[in-house]
Amino acid sequence: MTNLLQVRDLHVTFVTPDRTVHAVNGVSFDLARGETLGILGESGSGKSVTLRSILRLHPEHRTKWSGSIKLEGDEILDMAPKALSDLRGQRVSMIFQEPATAFDPVFTIGQQIAETVRRHTGKSETEAMKRAKDLLEMVRIPSPAQRLKAYPHEMSGGMRQRAMIALALSCNPTLLLADEPTTALDATVQIQVLLLIRELQREFNLGVIFVTHDIGVAVEVSDRIGVMYAGKLVEMAPVERMVDAPQHPYSRGLLASTVHDGMRGQRLESIPGAPPDLAEVPAGCSFAPRCKFVRPDCTTAIPSLRDVEAAHAVRCVLAA
Amino acid sequence: MDTLLPIQDRGGPAQPLLLATGLRKHFPVAGGLLGRTTKVVRAVDDLTLSVAKGETLGVVGESGCGKSTVARLLIRLIKPDKGTMVLDGDPVDEPHGITVNELRRQVQMVFQDSYASLNPRLTIAETLAFAPRAHGLPAAEARERVRDLLSKVGLDPANYATRYPHELSGGQRQRVNIARALALRPRLIILDEAVSALDKSVEAQVLNMLVDLKTELDLTYVFISHDLNVVQYLSDRVLVMYLGKIVELGPVEAIYGNPQHPYTRALLSARPSMDPRKRTHEAPIQGDPPNPIDPPSGCRFRTRCPFAEDVCARTEPLLADTGHQAVACHMRVAGSGHSKARAA
Repeated sequence: MTNLLQVRDLHVTFVTPDRTVHAVNGVSFDLARGETLGILGESGSGKSVTLRSILRLHPEHRTKWSGSIKLEGDEILDMAPKALSDLRGQRVSMIFQEPATAFDPVFTIGQQIAETVRRHTGKSETEAMKRAKDLLEMVRIPSPAQRLKAYPHEMSGGMRQRAMIALALSCNPTLLLADEPTTALDATVQIQVLLLIRELQREFNLGVIFVTHDIGVAVEVSDRIGVMYAGKLVEMAPVERMVDAPQHPYSRGLLASTVHDGMRGQRLESIPGAPPDLAEVPAGCSFAPRCKFVRPDCTTAIPSLRDVEAAHAVRCVLAA
Repeated sequence: MDTLLPIQDRGGPAQPLLLATGLRKHFPVAGGLLGRTTKVVRAVDDLTLSVAKGETLGVVGESGCGKSTVARLLIRLIKPDKGTMVLDGDPVDEPHGITVNELRRQVQMVFQDSYASLNPRLTIAETLAFAPRAHGLPAAEARERVRDLLSKVGLDPANYATRYPHELSGGQRQRVNIARALALRPRLIILDEAVSALDKSVEAQVLNMLVDLKTELDLTYVFISHDLNVVQYLSDRVLVMYLGKIVELGPVEAIYGNPQHPYTRALLSARPSMDPRKRTHEAPIQGDPPNPIDPPSGCRFRTRCPFAEDVCARTEPLLADTGHQAVACHMRVAGSGHSKARAA
């Protein structure tokens, strides 16, 4: 597998007159063509900020970043505005949690897909509309020709998310970013959309980064899972390994505290406390205040992300 | 008489704590010529349920199935178009029964959005003391009660009583909401997606706390959620709703172990797998839930049901007991005319 995306020591800080938030504090990972990486984390862990950095969607004047994000060798953090808008939607595209707000309410689904196709491929309006219809068919929207003329509010949540996937794939990107795309959907619809994403990922050999807070969802779609906490990756492993033998106390706590079949009557293992405030960069492990295995050296230096075995890295002094 | 002592049980353990019969709520949709009502959302249709003393009744279903409308009806935040409610033998809002205010002393609710459900201009202590004070508890006793409530939900009174909602995390705010629901010493608490907005590690803390409080204070819960795993964890009985109707109702073991309604089966098998070696390969049902405006005739699930036949469009299946659980499906009723049903 060839390397598609390389993220190295990414730091993202939001600065406003009132406060500073260190949202991402040194994230590094690689993604191969055709691979799906699930990024799992709770609110405020920096998972969405990491994802959005790949398209540089943060407000430029309030965001400070450092590090490197390379897509097939091209540095995204140095890109000029023109190159950036060529990148967005063409080589990298994104699907969001709430398709109702991601679409423009005053244009039809067909117009919005066709606009993207014309911007990136220079096709005529008729050709672009034809492409839009094929795309709606590809994501299995019934009667695609009529649906082209529908406005976003005329579609159900599941249909809108399918249309968003069609839009995202309209210019044959190599990398698809998914930010909690099924969180707002009903259970019976969520599984349909997950299966669709998995199928299209295989068909087009896409690299996919799938951000979610739901372990079950991550397990359904990912080849590898990265767990984020307080702006850092604390563990990264192939999906089977992450489920069978998580090493970081936070990953273990997260898996143990997730309610699933057969836990009835048992006391849930919970992680005490709450995630830290990201106004300051901590001197040691960010999870130390909540960790039941904490040792004195946890708070003096930030543990490094070390390989405990092939493809399994853990950021914890206890990991061996 | 101090009105704020815990309320004594009246009818004994066999009498349901809450019995709702034939509840109906239709919401008019303005539209058409001159803004006249042309359509109605049939949010809840002829729903009958009972909540036994000391149990947790789980309510599951997808968006638009009416589960939150049920919650609001049970505590009378909205008035039903039809139907009656009886709380431990006392009819609610009827000449010889109890008033809606008395109902709300005994039945309290916790909502999903922990921030929106607290007054941002009141401190936590003021919020918690509000209802007890309004019910006539002297200030000194109310202060004592606030301290007690905060300790019960695991928040140190010295540290939290004087804070404002925005100074708390989501999990802490939800603890305050639970404390507020307990302030009048109610018997029944309706939890409407009360843990859905919380992160998993915090959700587990709050679930453990709910289990402890239930035992300690002898509470009864109606637990409404879209999360089937959490409902399974907490509930004794489970009620499955689809487009304003109950499709299946029974003990948690029966509903999860041997679901009878095709919708319950689909809902359960749509849960993401926690095992990467056993991933889902086919979606159990296609499409989205239909709009509750103009629901399908007969069985409301028939448009997505793989077993639908003519009879399903013609007649509405009634909730019928199958021994372990009650199911509203023609396939489970002998002689219904469905090819999969036993002969009468």
